Amino acid sequence: MRQDDYAKYAVFADSLEKSFGKKEDKVVAVKGVSLRVEKGELYGIIGPDGAGKTTLFRILATLMLPDSGTAYVDGFDISGDYRLIRDRLGYMPGKFSLYPDLTVKENLEFFASVFGTTIKENYHLIKDIYERLEPFEKRKASKLSGGMKQKLALCCALIHFPDILFLDEPTTGVDPSSRREFWDMLSSIRKYGISVVVSTAYMDEASRCDRISMMSQGRFIGTGTPAEIIDSFDRRLIAVSSDEMFRLLRDLRDISDVDYCYTFGDVHHVVLREDSLASPDNLSAVLVDKFKHENVAAAYCKPTMEDCFMLYESKLV
Amino acid sequence: MADDKVIEVRNLTKKFGDFTAVDHVSFDVFQGEIFGFLGANGAGKTTAMRMLCGLSIPTSGEGKVAGYDVYRQAEDIKRNIGYMSQRFSLYEDLRVYDNMKLFAGIYGVPRKEIPARIDEMLQRLGLSEIKYKMVGELPLGWKQRLAFSVAILHRPRVIFLDEPTGGVDPSTRRQFWEMIYEAADGGITIFVTTHYMDEAEYCNRVSMMVDGKIVALDSPKNLKAGYGLSSMSQVFDLIARGALRSE
Amino acid sequence: MTQFEAFVRKEFFHIFRDTRTLLIIVGMPIVLITLFGFALSLEIRNVNVAIMAKQNDPMINRLADRINRSDCFEVTDVVSSEAAVDSLMRRDVVDAVLMFDSGFSSQLLRDGAKLSVVSDASNPLLAPSEAMYLIQAVNNFFADEFEGMAQPQAGLTTNVRMLYNPQLKSSYNFVPGVMGLILMIICALMTSVTIVREKESGTMEVLLVSPVRKLTMLVAKMIPYFVIATAVLIIVLILAYTVLKVPLSGGLGLILGISLLYIILSLALGLLVSTFTKTQLSATLICGMVFIVPSMFLSDLVFPIENFPVVFKWMAQIIPAKWYIGAIRKVMIEGVSIMYVWKDIVIMAAMTVILIGLSFRNYKERL
Repeated sequence: MRQDDYAKYAVFADSLEKSFGKKEDKVVAVKGVSLRVEKGELYGIIGPDGAGKTTLFRILATLMLPDSGTAYVDGFDISGDYRLIRDRLGYMPGKFSLYPDLTVKENLEFFASVFGTTIKENYHLIKDIYERLEPFEKRKASKLSGGMKQKLALCCALIHFPDILFLDEPTTGVDPSSRREFWDMLSSIRKYGISVVVSTAYMDEASRCDRISMMSQGRFIGTGTPAEIIDSFDRRLIAVSSDEMFRLLRDLRDISDVDYCYTFGDVHHVVLREDSLASPDNLSAVLVDKFKHENVAAAYCKPTMEDCFMLYESKLV
Repeated sequence: MADDKVIEVRNLTKKFGDFTAVDHVSFDVFQGEIFGFLGANGAGKTTAMRMLCGLSIPTSGEGKVAGYDVYRQAEDIKRNIGYMSQRFSLYEDLRVYDNMKLFAGIYGVPRKEIPARIDEMLQRLGLSEIKYKMVGELPLGWKQRLAFSVAILHRPRVIFLDEPTGGVDPSTRRQFWEMIYEAADGGITIFVTTHYMDEAEYCNRVSMMVDGKIVALDSPKNLKAGYGLSSMSQVFDLIARGALRSE
Repeated sequence: MTQFEAFVRKEFFHIFRDTRTLLIIVGMPIVLITLFGFALSLEIRNVNVAIMAKQNDPMINRLADRINRSDCFEVTDVVSSEAAVDSLMRRDVVDAVLMFDSGFSSQLLRDGAKLSVVSDASNPLLAPSEAMYLIQAVNNFFADEFEGMAQPQAGLTTNVRMLYNPQLKSSYNFVPGVMGLILMIICALMTSVTIVREKESGTMEVLLVSPVRKLTMLVAKMIPYFVIATAVLIIVLILAYTVLKVPLSGGLGLILGISLLYIILSLALGLLVSTFTKTQLSATLICGMVFIVPSMFLSDLVFPIENFPVVFKWMAQIIPAKWYIGAIRKVMIEGVSIMYVWKDIVIMAAMTVILIGLSFRNYKERL
């Protein structure tokens, strides 16, 4: 039975808990996770390996029952109405689940048949993606590159025109350009009204989502639109660089105004103590005068998703 | 100075049938350098790295790693390099100490020196108190640091890191890079592949491989300046877009 | 294409693209049948015999000559003392010795004489047959020797008659055993491995999260192996009939019927294993160690169960192969009708139902 209260959400989850193992070795994979995904939304679960993303996806995809908590997908209860959910769900597990000994076309045909449809029927949905695979139609899936496998897996998950698509780490191990291409595809899928929930360990991909939740150690440590998350960064962040970057990092850590700092591409990001009154100019003066750094540059900078993740994570502990 | 070159490659080529995976690649890597080896999936990075590690014989060209020839001295190369990949990790069901002892033994660290080297390494990492813990019980960041230190326990001249930080959280990733810096400071040459473009910025020099060829090789600063772009990520996109083959 | 057709097609793709495995499946029965039929045969052939006679005796010489002429025996030594016999046996020069008392032929004509057969029992499977066969050869000789004469041969022989397999052709006994083993490997092992492989590769996750019903999926998984097992069965039967000259006397229909039931039973077994294993390795080990190896030992294939401790005899009762091999042996070699094997058939059918029931109950619709 569809629960009308929840049917307006693509996913509605409340206080999900799941742990594995016996008493002493118990590992809590998902800790009190609540989630609302609107219809037609592109929702990202951002977190590193081992954060509990896969377990959460398996619970939502009706593959696992939570220890406690409730969840509804498209208004259907994940424990009672799992068959109804399975009829309208597209799911792409972490390892792109294709048959390596079947060709590109055979894989797609098989998954179409499994969902009681044909490639023809919903070809318009996958056309943009599949066109790029078509020259390799007769190639075995095992002979495809990471990016191509990922595209084929997406086609297989889309071929039955699902209402909701769950993609568990679809971009892991894929190079940056293929990853960007993949996100372009996801954005284009949304015009068909398909809600997409996707997990990733690459923080920079968060900006491609409508809304995200950051996940660490089984918990959601921040939820909102990417812009909201960035805005919620409530500390002063300074980007610093000099000629000797590695020494600079150590020296920065010796400055009492610095709460913590870390490498960030060609600069170091410095998070000042909450009570610090220091400015970028003060900081660079210290670096030049006391630590004898040359070509020091320091300026306030906008936090990125990674800065936010690290801040929230530190608050967690 | 020729002695400074840890890796020396001239026209290195590897063909599989009529497919040229690595196409006349030439470059040098110097002692103590952090060398970023970038490229899209299927550009030929893995094949090139395998040849440098003595796991695969080139079709043509020349290559020297740590002074040894890639054709004839594969065994010497293996003894003088370290290797760590994302997939490679320590034995989870062995203690930290046993893991280190095992790999030290595999890499031919003299038996008498093993305990001292392990203690020294653990002390440097600040991990002495977990010497007898099962690796499986450790947090990911520690495991990764351990895996790295195991890979340099036999004091190789160069260490190959194949996507060492894939899927790792931001802080652990950064701790790991600090370790790389430290190792490079100590004179070990780092040869690293990554899909994180901010990590490309940490390298002294970066090479970009497209369709089996190296199309760009310079410091991140010069690369960005040369293309008039502000980040390595943009540079990568620009270069990788020129790729014809997607393997 | 329906779900079901698509599934079956996919399974056949998997099987036919893995040529190496396919070759093993089809090649193995041929090799096994040939191996068991010829190389490992327990037939009595080229048995070295020594004769011990205290003094030269023309009748014994004629006997030695006669024995020598048979395919099975070769008289390699003639000695005159027990010590010499001992030495021959110890050096493993001969397999059996015929020992005659002194004055054998004259005694025999008067009131019966004693003849001892000493057989090297280091091969316990062969020794009794050798001895029996040797005695029979001796009997035949004396029967001819005294033909027409009313001469009792008391004290010499036991009358040995061999039913069903007068030539003691042991390859006969192996054929049902090999069939039981091969069909078990193809059906139970291969089916469980192919299902578990999908768990390992993650495709099972996708299939679970799809509208496919478990019945569709499991039956589709079994069909290709059913087809292959049937093909192998036919190959084995043809080989057995043409090369090994097994009579298939109980009728082809009954043999095929029992075999098909056993194939389904083995498939169900594979299904059950796949429901509680997570890796191909554990599925292989469980099928191999829990089903295939005991099938070899407890199903009369190599060793007669009668010689086993009673615990093993009980254990043998739950080994499907035991019932199959027993039934097929009766039908194939003894040529009995269904009346004599109905019990085996009923037991196998019951096992099938239980196994299928268990696997369906165990098969999880979640991870």
